Amino acid sequence: MGRVAIIGVGQSAFVRGYPGSIKELAFEAFREAMDDAGLQRGDIQGSLICSAPEYDRQRSPAGVIAEYCGLNPQPTAYVESLCCSSTTGVRMAYGMITGGLHDCMMVLGFQKMSEITSAETQERMGRGADIQWESPFGTMMPAYYAMFARGFLHRYGASEEDLARIRVKAATYGQINEKAVYRKPVSLEQCMIADPVADPLKVFDCCANADGSSALILASEEKVRELGIEKPVWLMGLGSASAPVNLALRDEFSGFDVARQAASQAYGMAGVGPKDIDVAEVHDCFTIAEMMAYENLGFAEPGGGPELIRAKETYKDGSIPVNVDGGLLSKGHPIGATGGSQVRTIVLQLRGEAGAMQVKDPAVGLVHNVGGVGLYANVLVMGR
Amino acid sequence: MAKNKPEKDLRFERFGTKGFTATTKVNDFIDRLEAGQVCGTKCPGCGQRFFPPRADCPDCSGAGPMEWFQVEGEGKLATYSVLRYAPQGFEQDLPYAIAVADYGDYKLFGRLSHFGPEIEPGCPVTTRAVSLPDGRVAYEFVPQGQQ
Repeated sequence: MGRVAIIGVGQSAFVRGYPGSIKELAFEAFREAMDDAGLQRGDIQGSLICSAPEYDRQRSPAGVIAEYCGLNPQPTAYVESLCCSSTTGVRMAYGMITGGLHDCMMVLGFQKMSEITSAETQERMGRGADIQWESPFGTMMPAYYAMFARGFLHRYGASEEDLARIRVKAATYGQINEKAVYRKPVSLEQCMIADPVADPLKVFDCCANADGSSALILASEEKVRELGIEKPVWLMGLGSASAPVNLALRDEFSGFDVARQAASQAYGMAGVGPKDIDVAEVHDCFTIAEMMAYENLGFAEPGGGPELIRAKETYKDGSIPVNVDGGLLSKGHPIGATGGSQVRTIVLQLRGEAGAMQVKDPAVGLVHNVGGVGLYANVLVMGR
Repeated sequence: MAKNKPEKDLRFERFGTKGFTATTKVNDFIDRLEAGQVCGTKCPGCGQRFFPPRADCPDCSGAGPMEWFQVEGEGKLATYSVLRYAPQGFEQDLPYAIAVADYGDYKLFGRLSHFGPEIEPGCPVTTRAVSLPDGRVAYEFVPQGQQ
């Protein structure tokens, strides 16, 4: 099976209330990725369009977006797995390229969360669960993650300050990321006195909603050579897993086994381990999500996550830099665009093009992208 | 099914503060809940017990209709969260807590009747059926000593 590389990356600024249509939003990332790879639109042999459909007014968004980007008559399709839709798109494109269907594909993620009214958002929030057996109790995403936060803090004797430290780190880097939606610093004290959203999570424990798009161009090894791509970033390992939606069917409330399984597959395929990772993007929709990821990815022993952040080991100059682009917490979390944006950050890091966010000479990077409350997880290991 | 029942069996719409599902093959759950029983289903073939109740066993083919069993005795509180904001239709319930109760063989997802700093994961809970306004029904977990 031949290798597959990412040869072009793009991302719109993540903003509140994007002043344009979903097509125009998606086009921003598309244009940047095409320019980055130096391609013409005829070079793209197929596209996968990724978002979470509950925020879309447009039925079947793949059609209008492929049209606007000039990607007809090449095949296109829509990919959905909640917050990890665009890394699922990467997985599918990888399979289509190694399977020989195409040798150059576009994975375009987008979300215009402001496309619907806040009342509509409120209504949809209640349905982000098993609508038969969970939603009638009045559920929403922060409350689910708060249940894991309580489980984690209780099991390991960690504190709410430990969670807040993760937000302080995210805000440190959100300030230097020109594409982040939240660009202000956040202090530990601000986090601790913020209003509760769902105990024990408070306002600053939660990511910023945003509108945004991301685009990735994937190509076969042969195509990489043919195009003369100077700095391809290779997909070395891909892992993916799923878990029951209903929390009554889970065994653990202090971590996500789905992420452990995806990580184990990705490490195995790449022939590397957690100690080989030089820079990582993890799915920090809530502070507790990053805390759990430290352990689920093997960056820390079970219970060792709080010490990792207290020692600032996940800062840019630490032993395992994590989310040095501000993460979902500060960069923002436009659901369908998030995974692609994480991949873009790692690609830029591995090329040495991450600017003020650049970590020192990374060779291997990792992306951890979770859909729902540990319902789906994708882990990607990438290298130069 | 009795002759005077409507053609569409929408009993499940009455589950919880606000319903999102009206028709299901495990609608009898609602009648049992009205009678004060919180029930799961049990496969007559392999004996597996399921909560939430399900109409089909994923492991057995042709074992016949599921049987019902009652959730009884003490479970352990696995975890919970207290909501300060709610999705549309639940605002009047605030603040309220959602939780998971662990009965060993199976777990339940639902509301927790009492919460506060003294209520921690591991705390013993019982499960009881509750009546809500407008003929709606649900169940909740009650921490030990709060009955």
